[in-house]
Amino acid sequence: MADEVTLLNTWPSPFGIRVRIALAEKGIKYEHKEENLQDKSPLLLKMNPVHKKIPVLIHNGKPICESLVIVQYIDEVWKETSPLLPSDPHLRAQGRFWADFLDNKVLDCVRKILLTKDEKEAGKELIECLKLLEGELGEKPYFGGEKFGYVDLSFIPFYSLFYSFETFGNISIESECPKLIAWAKRCLQKESVSESVADPEKVYHFWEQRKKKLGLE
Amino acid sequence: MAEELSLIDFWTAPYGMRVRIALEEQGIQYQFIEEDLSTLDKSPLLLKMNPIHKKIPVLIHGGRPICESLIILQYIDEVWNETSPLLPQDPQQRAHARFWADFVDKKVYECVTNMWKKKGEALEAAKKEFIETFKLMEGAMGDDLFLGGETFGFLDIALIPFTAFFNTCEIFGNFAIEPELPKIVAWAKRCNERESVSKVLPNPPKAYEVICLARKLQGIE
Repeated sequence: MADEVTLLNTWPSPFGIRVRIALAEKGIKYEHKEENLQDKSPLLLKMNPVHKKIPVLIHNGKPICESLVIVQYIDEVWKETSPLLPSDPHLRAQGRFWADFLDNKVLDCVRKILLTKDEKEAGKELIECLKLLEGELGEKPYFGGEKFGYVDLSFIPFYSLFYSFETFGNISIESECPKLIAWAKRCLQKESVSESVADPEKVYHFWEQRKKKLGLE
Repeated sequence: MAEELSLIDFWTAPYGMRVRIALEEQGIQYQFIEEDLSTLDKSPLLLKMNPIHKKIPVLIHGGRPICESLIILQYIDEVWNETSPLLPQDPQQRAHARFWADFVDKKVYECVTNMWKKKGEALEAAKKEFIETFKLMEGAMGDDLFLGGETFGFLDIALIPFTAFFNTCEIFGNFAIEPELPKIVAWAKRCNERESVSKVLPNPPKAYEVICLARKLQGIE
């Protein structure tokens, strides 16, 4: 029986991009449904009643929510193709740790830059976080080592926002974290990534408009 | 040859309790290294093993640290995989457990601690949020015995430490939890019948004493 896979998403969401990359890595065909978060669909409210957020993966009628939970689910169900998490438990724990770091420390800075007036302060904090990530990358081509993996997938969607972070936060990620920019360009050479990430300028304009609406410029 | 296993923890920390319960459940021997949270100084060992967050719990296995309690639980499940698994086998059920454990981390910690941090109108709002949050957890359990389904597991371990502070919440919030959340209270009693849980969770008077001390140290009156 063919799998029915649907993704409820919005194009600027880095969390949605994570899921899109994972699906592309595994070669999974799916239906993409663009949500309007100002007017949430009955389907979204039914499939994610707790948080009412995207992304939501619907696999054969059953919803899975929270991007990192979805990515691990995809990795476990379609386990024969392109594994995302390594098999060694210690490396898996490391991968989960850095993905959690992105969703806590980094996301705090991102929220402040995009949704508050403390953009410049948050910009400085973001650089500190990015330097820690750069330290973790070290001399490896990917966070996963020789191959693109879970942390790479979790982080690369934020590349679409780098231009926004730099402009709003008055920072230069290229000069502060050159290794991260090199890593990002390496990831973008993968089809699963280049076809999934959002255009940075488009994303910037989206957030510029959002900030205007919130009276934040 | 078994590798050395230690846990940097503080006995009343709910995230630390998760790890200790999991280790007890799997019958794993380890060395407990107490990190005194009543002082502001962090030990050199903690700073070395968790330089990013500087927080407990930290599991140290063969000299290598694993941080963040839910990540530690999954690590324990994957390394000591001969004994009864903490996470279910089915990917859908695993996703369910991970989703709700993430919910516990995002919502439960704050709404429990707010019960003794807030006052007046803010406390009334905190009480409302406490009940709503735990009602959602009741919904997650459905008609099963445990949050994990028929057997005690990952999600039960993620939530149970917070129930040690229920009595404390009742005192500060001036309300009774059982009439509002009978399913959760029944589930907590069921979990406390397990040796791993009853051994690790502080009893209600002790938990209350700890919170009163914490409030004093944080200057809350």
